[in-house]
Amino acid sequence: MISSSFDAIIPMLCVALAGLVVLLAEAFRGRDEKMPIGGLAIIGLVGAGAASILLWNRNATSFGVVTADNFSLFVNLVLIGVGILTVMFSSQTIERDGIPAGEYYAVMLFGIVGMMLMGQATDLLVIFLALETMSLAVYVLTGIRREQQQSTEAAFKYFLLGAFASSFFLYGVAFLYGVTGSTSLDRIGTVIAAQSMSGNPMILLGVGLLIVGFAFKVAAVPFHMWSPDAYEGAPAVVTGFMSTGVKAAAVAAFVRVFLSSLEPMITDWAPVLWLIAAATMVLGTVVGVAQTSLKRMLAYSSIAHGGYLLAGLVAGNDVGKAAILFYLAAYALTNLGAFGVIALLGTRERANDDLRDYAGLFKSHPALAVLMTFFLLSLGGFPPTAGFIAKWYVFSAAIGSGYYGLAIIGVLSSVVSVFFYLRIVVMMFMTDRDARPVPAPITTVAYAGLVLSLAGVLYLGVLPTAVIDFAQASISTIF
Amino acid sequence: MDGWGGILLLAVIGVGFGIVSVVLSYFLGPRNPTPEKLAAYECGMPPVGDARERQSVKFYLIAMIFLLFDIEVAFLYPWALAMRQLSWPGLIQITVFFSILVVGYIYIWRKGVLDWGPEYDPDYKRPPKPGPAVVKRYRYGTRN
Repeated sequence: MISSSFDAIIPMLCVALAGLVVLLAEAFRGRDEKMPIGGLAIIGLVGAGAASILLWNRNATSFGVVTADNFSLFVNLVLIGVGILTVMFSSQTIERDGIPAGEYYAVMLFGIVGMMLMGQATDLLVIFLALETMSLAVYVLTGIRREQQQSTEAAFKYFLLGAFASSFFLYGVAFLYGVTGSTSLDRIGTVIAAQSMSGNPMILLGVGLLIVGFAFKVAAVPFHMWSPDAYEGAPAVVTGFMSTGVKAAAVAAFVRVFLSSLEPMITDWAPVLWLIAAATMVLGTVVGVAQTSLKRMLAYSSIAHGGYLLAGLVAGNDVGKAAILFYLAAYALTNLGAFGVIALLGTRERANDDLRDYAGLFKSHPALAVLMTFFLLSLGGFPPTAGFIAKWYVFSAAIGSGYYGLAIIGVLSSVVSVFFYLRIVVMMFMTDRDARPVPAPITTVAYAGLVLSLAGVLYLGVLPTAVIDFAQASISTIF
Repeated sequence: MDGWGGILLLAVIGVGFGIVSVVLSYFLGPRNPTPEKLAAYECGMPPVGDARERQSVKFYLIAMIFLLFDIEVAFLYPWALAMRQLSWPGLIQITVFFSILVVGYIYIWRKGVLDWGPEYDPDYKRPPKPGPAVVKRYRYGTRN
């Protein structure tokens, strides 16, 4: 029964190995010795990417709890993209803020391992393990600037609330185990399907608790309270990393659990998730309008984007599943790019993330202003960019399942969100006051990362067919 | 409800015994308080000062690291018991697990977490390899 093949975990092994090598490099690094540690991280991530591509269509499984089906491999590729871009943006922040480089990259890589495991796990306990691996790494990254009060506060809030959410999740797993006698997703699925137990209060309780746990990680209303504080307190690159990576991994596990083993109960949980998705989209957008800090604004925008992702999950049809994957890729590229720009404009003393700090950015940093404009337009869902296709795809999935109300709420809230994205664009281009000077010149690597994200955003926006086909091929294997 | 009678009985007896002994000794026991008897129990030692003192952060660090490496042993026992059934894959897995911990160990060692004492200096540079002369100096406490 238990297969001892290691195939399915090779991508994770690559990243974990890179993390260990980074840790060793940091241990044997002389003081003040510079090491291309980011390069080491990128090598590991590229190796994991190659492994993920080679595992395509193989449906490898390891130990009976980890699978490398196309769905998880797609998520893996998104996560690897997130990792590589984050590394590219990080070097400048690390130098500027005096962040310990070795620890930073090692923790980030271990976090990516947890994220990948979250997409690949087919057992609730392994999903929990992955959730914790990922979360611990992100807590540390949030508070990595130890001397900054705001950063420490953010990390502590995130940690406490995250620990509570994890225990909710674990409690849900316990209920499901109590009813079905297993933590394996397949087994739970067959038991639930075999004996129609949708009215069973124990299983409803279990599913509800799982929703709490996942909704927390996706930052869905009403479990979103941690995210603006955590996103604001963390260094901007880390915020980009957690708003994309954590969300992608959590959504992947969310989709796998709810659309594979809990699919027979869709009539029970779909209304709940409908409500959560609608509330998340509306609240994320409406509160986002009132923000003056760019980081907080993008935090609320990423809450709203979590709502759009959940809309795809509520739809639950094949279009919805593929749409979620496409949305994850598009959102990851866009949001990372936006936070990359914010990170590059900050200084050690001040994050420079106030809306006023962006006044006249086009004059001082024309390239950054243009890049940022594209990312913001993509977040708002304007046509030539990835965000448009992704949103259109998700809403068409919702309409395909008959959720007209959800689609209308989604479209309306994304119209409202355009207001605050465009406000930044107007600030950058049409206001005269010069932006605050940027002390550090922007490195080539960081520019390359930004251009790479922009290329991805435009590619997904203009020629989305290849990736859409890819996403559709990814979902056909498991559900 | 059949199987639960025993548990109920156990709970009643357990709680009841505690209550009865406390209440009985309260009413029946002789009371000759002395300052020593009223003092907080401190393993037989007279209590000195407040327990809430500032502790060196080193203790926490060591405790945390002890916890990590203690878990390692907790994993080793079940593996040792099931070693034959797990055979080679099991051995590979425990080796991988161990190597990961060893990397962590090397890391904390190099970072000076295991150096106890105030002379730890983050700017510490590895001294030249101690030759015989240096050893002699330390051993006999003489200069040259």
